[in-house]
Amino acid sequence: MSDHVAHHFDSAEQQFDAARLGMWLFLATEIMFFGGMFAGYTVYRFLYPAAFVEGSSHLHLVLGTVNTAVLLLSSLTLALAVRSAQVNQPQGTVRLLLATLLFGVVFLGIKAYEYSEKFAAHHVPGKYFVLGETHNPDVVPGHVELFYSFYFAMTGCHALHMIIGIVMVSIVAVKAWQGSYSAEYYTPLEMTGLYWHFVDIVWVFLFPLLYLIG
Amino acid sequence: MSTAELPKRHYLNADYNIWSWLLTTDHKRIGILYMISLTLFFFVGGAAAILFRVELLTPEADLVVSPTYNRLFTLHGVVMVFFFLVPSIPAVLGNFLIPMMIGARDLAFPRLNLLSWYLFMAGGLLAIWAIVRGGVDTGWTFYTPYSTTESNSQVMAMAVGVFVAGFSSILTGLNIIVTTHTMRTQGMTWFRLPLFVWAHYATSIIMVLGTPVLAISLVLIALERGLGIGVFDPKLGGDPLLFQHLFWFYSHPAVYIMILPSMAVVSEIIPCFSRKPIFGYKMIALSSVAIAVLGFLVWGHHMFVSGQSVFAGLIFSFLSMLVAIPSAVKVFNWTATLYKGSISLETPMLYALGFIGLFTLGGLTGLFLATLAVDVHVHDTYFIVAHFHYIMVGGAVMGYLGGIHFWWPKMTGRMYPEWWGRISAVIVFVGFNLTFFPQFVLGYLGMPRRYHIYPEEFQVLNVMSSAGASILGLGYLLPLCYLIWSLKYGKVAGPNPWKATGLEWTTPSPPSTFNFDEPPVVTEPAYNYPPLDDSSLPHETSDPTASTPS
Repeated sequence: MSDHVAHHFDSAEQQFDAARLGMWLFLATEIMFFGGMFAGYTVYRFLYPAAFVEGSSHLHLVLGTVNTAVLLLSSLTLALAVRSAQVNQPQGTVRLLLATLLFGVVFLGIKAYEYSEKFAAHHVPGKYFVLGETHNPDVVPGHVELFYSFYFAMTGCHALHMIIGIVMVSIVAVKAWQGSYSAEYYTPLEMTGLYWHFVDIVWVFLFPLLYLIG
Repeated sequence: MSTAELPKRHYLNADYNIWSWLLTTDHKRIGILYMISLTLFFFVGGAAAILFRVELLTPEADLVVSPTYNRLFTLHGVVMVFFFLVPSIPAVLGNFLIPMMIGARDLAFPRLNLLSWYLFMAGGLLAIWAIVRGGVDTGWTFYTPYSTTESNSQVMAMAVGVFVAGFSSILTGLNIIVTTHTMRTQGMTWFRLPLFVWAHYATSIIMVLGTPVLAISLVLIALERGLGIGVFDPKLGGDPLLFQHLFWFYSHPAVYIMILPSMAVVSEIIPCFSRKPIFGYKMIALSSVAIAVLGFLVWGHHMFVSGQSVFAGLIFSFLSMLVAIPSAVKVFNWTATLYKGSISLETPMLYALGFIGLFTLGGLTGLFLATLAVDVHVHDTYFIVAHFHYIMVGGAVMGYLGGIHFWWPKMTGRMYPEWWGRISAVIVFVGFNLTFFPQFVLGYLGMPRRYHIYPEEFQVLNVMSSAGASILGLGYLLPLCYLIWSLKYGKVAGPNPWKATGLEWTTPSPPSTFNFDEPPVVTEPAYNYPPLDDSSLPHETSDPTASTPS
């Protein structure tokens, strides 16, 4: 037990407190990071409401909904994985972490498919952007392009966080398989969980803002 | 007292292997690594300043052409802000001192601390690469749409460099906050913390909450330049003012990242060299937090003439004035500490007194600028340049130098030469004022910033300013020389050469790798300096009623 306590801490409890506070602070920085984009989104949503509705209508609502469900499930399995460690069931921890990984990869796969659709439809901002047929002929294509700028910047940053999360879950899964975690020591598992839930919550905000407006 | 000796084993001689430095997790060694790299960046940024001050000696463009001039002032701004001022005191002195001041063996996350130095260096190398490849001409503010669509300079590399260095800042802040919360030794309550720690705690809040917004602004610039994913592009209906909002949301609080740590240093130096407990401890502690909070609400005063609504301008003007209150609380409390103190004018004290004067001047001119009508007149003139240099150089750099001198004996075990220290402090003060006071006048007369060709009637004041800059440069070179000299030839300092209070002075100089053999126990408030007639015995105030007049 005590071999997990680094030299500069007095107790395992102090070390755990420090790790948890550090992780929450880190998540605060992440909120501010995404917050910049949410602020920008809000500004343009008010400036060009019709264009944002138009842009949103070209997104694949079914895939977005499925992805939301997949991500919520992944958070559930990860929370259960931490629980398994707390009650000394290492087998369960490993299995639940693998399920989390699976859901994470499925999410990214669906996201990649959605991106490829957008590429094919020339809905990626930049010089190749073409709006194509519209539901509302009055909207300015440039404003819809702004919507897609936010779509790609926000979901892109989110996907990057997912990839980092998958790497983290893989690492703790290997560690869990080696039997590193128990009711006495599960700090990395808990921290990975906090991070994963955060990334999940970002999506919970992104989904309505991008897919459900109109 | 007989001649002190250096301790046999300390953090500096624990291991001489190069990897023992490059892979160290000792907060003191990381502080030293930061000090060396920051010194390098400081002189890079300073060299650019000297070059354009030489150019500004004459009204014509005779040394450099306009594009070069743009790159020179951008280099100066970016390097000084992001690679010197923002990390300066927190990363060097904060790193070194905060664990010692609270009685801890290290920061809460020593490996993150090392990572933050590597991120800083990676960001710094990217910035230097951008400079070598031709530099950046956007100014340190990277305003869109110029930075995203027009500029042909190395905006991308520089933005990525600043982005990476930003993470080092975030990690430093995060480490300081967690350390202050979880690593305090027995008896070290919040209101017994040295004010140095309080101010760094406030600074860290800004670092943690502000820097990510700068990061996302730079990401969006990079996406716009690199991939055409543009949210600021006016051609699409994007709003360049949005970038200014995001940028200043970080970059105005960043000013407090630069000045709060200097206030931290001054709050340590003033009571020590007045031999008095600090006046108004709680007010100074809380004013740091107040500055951090209010600092987040005032960014719009950078955009009074950018097309922001008049209503927003009024609100930001009012909020900006509020920052003056906690700032004045500090100045008045320091002054009250000096009152009837037993003052001695060693080098750190000279810097601290210089700080109070120059910061006050910089702060009061800030009120001019917070006033809408006056700002419209002097916006983007040398008045602004003079104002923020009074804060960032007259304030932040003076505080940094004062702190370096004050804790130099603790960091190295040796004293710097006092006579040279005092001389160079005076040179810095004189050179600084000669450089920047004429710029207030220039700005008020209407000379715009960022131009190198100017009407002839401005020449006299510009020559004064350039002359001052060369004196200031000398003032900065002198400490570099004598501090290095003192590493070998300086007088051995002993554990507490200033007879100061604070846990860091209870350890040998230099301290051992883990700071304390036994975790210290704190039983008295900070700055428990003895009454005047008893100045040789710093810890002998056993009877608390003796010092309180009734």
